[in-house]
Amino acid sequence: MKILVPLKRVADPDNANKVKIASDGSKVTSEGLEWKLNPFDEYAVEAALRITENAATNARLGEVVVVSLGPAEAKQQVTQALAMGADRGMLVEAADEALDASVVVDVLEKVVAEEKPDLILAGKQVVDGDSNQVAQMLAQRLGWPQATFAAKIETDAGLKTALVVREVDGGVSKLKLTFPAVISVDLRIVAPEGVKNGNTPAEKKYNDGPRYPSLKGIMQAKKKPLALKKPGDFGVTPNPRLEVLKFEPPPARKAGVKVPDVETLVAKLKNEARVI
Amino acid sequence: MPNVLVIAELFEGKVRKGSLSAITFAREAAAIVGGGFDLLVLGPGAKAAAPSLAKYGAGKVLAGEAGEYVAEAYAPLVAKNAAGYAVVCATATAMGKDLMPRVAEHLKAGMASDVVKVANQGGLVLVRPMYAGNVLAHVKVKTPVAVVTVRQAEFEAAAETGGASPVADAAASPAEAAAARVAVAGFEKVVSARPELTDARVIVSGGRGLKSGDNFKIIEQLADLLHGAVGATRAAVDAGFVPNDLQVGQTGKIVAPQLYIAVGLSGALQHLAGMKGSKVIVAINKDPEAPIFTVADYGLVADLFQAVPALVTELKKVVA
Ligand SMILES: Cc1cc2nc3c(=O)[nH]c(=O)nc-3n(C[C@H](O)[C@H](O)[C@H](O)COP(=O)(O)OP(=O)(O)OC[C@H]3O[C@@H](n4cnc5c(N)ncnc54)[C@H](O)[C@@H]3O)c2cc1C
Ligand SMILES: Nc1ncnc2c1ncn2[C@@H]1O[C@H](COP(=O)(O)O)[C@@H](O)[C@H]1O
Repeated sequence: MKILVPLKRVADPDNANKVKIASDGSKVTSEGLEWKLNPFDEYAVEAALRITENAATNARLGEVVVVSLGPAEAKQQVTQALAMGADRGMLVEAADEALDASVVVDVLEKVVAEEKPDLILAGKQVVDGDSNQVAQMLAQRLGWPQATFAAKIETDAGLKTALVVREVDGGVSKLKLTFPAVISVDLRIVAPEGVKNGNTPAEKKYNDGPRYPSLKGIMQAKKKPLALKKPGDFGVTPNPRLEVLKFEPPPARKAGVKVPDVETLVAKLKNEARVI
Repeated sequence: MPNVLVIAELFEGKVRKGSLSAITFAREAAAIVGGGFDLLVLGPGAKAAAPSLAKYGAGKVLAGEAGEYVAEAYAPLVAKNAAGYAVVCATATAMGKDLMPRVAEHLKAGMASDVVKVANQGGLVLVRPMYAGNVLAHVKVKTPVAVVTVRQAEFEAAAETGGASPVADAAASPAEAAAARVAVAGFEKVVSARPELTDARVIVSGGRGLKSGDNFKIIEQLADLLHGAVGATRAAVDAGFVPNDLQVGQTGKIVAPQLYIAVGLSGALQHLAGMKGSKVIVAINKDPEAPIFTVADYGLVADLFQAVPALVTELKKVVA
């Protein structure tokens, strides 16, 4: 079985309030911020590794291929995924500004045609663009079924189907997918029992969160195949469906006052803010 | 005339309140593109629900009975009925987020997610947050059709305008192969007597400072007194204090109630992204430097285990 994980680098999400908008609104820069693997994509890599291993015997049950569209420097995040345990990587070099979901899908469609994965595991959203579109659009483009916002994935032992648990409005929904399929993952997928694959003993509890690359993993990553491509290699000329006219900061919210005690708080809520 | 099509969502046969925000968006967008708006409702009970949608001034209401929601079956239906519209929109609920990108791809359309505002600049401009709400992007969709999801917290629920839009049958669409490879394997409803987070007038949210799920009882007491909903930070969810559907933030629910009371939470930027549109914000935290105080209208530096029960006692004197 083969899993394809598309991933993107983002400016340190814990400092997203430090990104800068050019004074003419033409662009957003993140100077001084570290580049990180999009957290949800890190979770997708972890989920892919859990699906393709027997954690008791360390036997690999399949291959994990990671692919990123981004600038040359994004090689670092692809390598990070290889160090976690992914088998092969691909970087399709493109300026972030030239990408929207449709361009990413144009390229991924061609990568899928070449790689023929059984499953695509994406993040639910990239936390710089916050679009939440690529997995669903790709699924439609390929004519594959989808399960978005996966909190749990349980495959059969033959790795042909998955039961996906999704936390949605008003409750918990379960979908049964037959591969090939697209799944996008939510935060909880990296909980200790987020993934079950019918091969790893059912009682296995993983550490909470995505695995850290081991020293050995980091050494091995340097030798793993990492293909460098351009959109043109796939016959794709980036032609986004969206045009950004300008960026602007959101209206600032001013801090109010500190109140000394609950009596004052209640009085203010009643008489000043009039919300109770 | 270019028109806007709104996809209304059903939950247990009733139109979700969130869909009324997409109607408000549609009215504003229609004024810019120079047309009107229609409504499309799909699913079990769609025909019975259609009359309740006829009171919002739509040109028409299209209703189509369909099986339980899966994106693979609904996307072709929406795409079929969307022929000729300039804008196709839905509220950014779990279903809206799941469905609309698939619809956009069906229509080969550009899509703007989680739109918070519209503008008119030689055509429809959609304003949407990025970077956890720290940047607003003004975007234009270059394709003939624009697909949009609408942030409920930023568009008021549409009020009824009276009148009755004509109701017609939605067009059917042949099943696509993908639908045969997905099956609904169950739905466990979360039952709560409290209002939904996205609809609540008051929200009381707790964070890691609560220290246990049991201690959330004091948050619930305060919420119930104010007929409010209970929210939480991701840290509280991750620690297992409360279920995930209570998470407020960039990657949880986006809310904008009249009153948001933040208790024992620091105000990480991902949390602020989900609640800083609230009308009045109250913060209770023992750390005077906590970032939540930078957005709070009223801040109380105190131990929550004393302050919240005291607040409940004091509030009982003023609210019925
Ligand atoms: C990709 C990504 C997405 C995320 N999305 C979200 C999201 O959608 N929503 C979200 O909330 N977070 C999100 N986070 C997590 C976020 O970064 C923070 O880690 C989280 O919000 C912190 O939760 P907290 O405020 O409860 O905990 P902490 O930051 O630990 O704060 C606890 C607070 O409680 C106070 N406190 C402790 N004891 C008491 C007491 N007795 N009385 C009064 N005050 C007390 C402390 O002073 C402290 O300020 C996301 C993170 C990532 C990486
Ligand atoms: N530039 C990119 N390169 C590779 N994968 C991407 C890229 N952008 C988005 N993705 C994938 O699509 C998911 C959803 O992204 P988005 O729809 O942009 O929020 C991400 O979590 C990734 O898995």
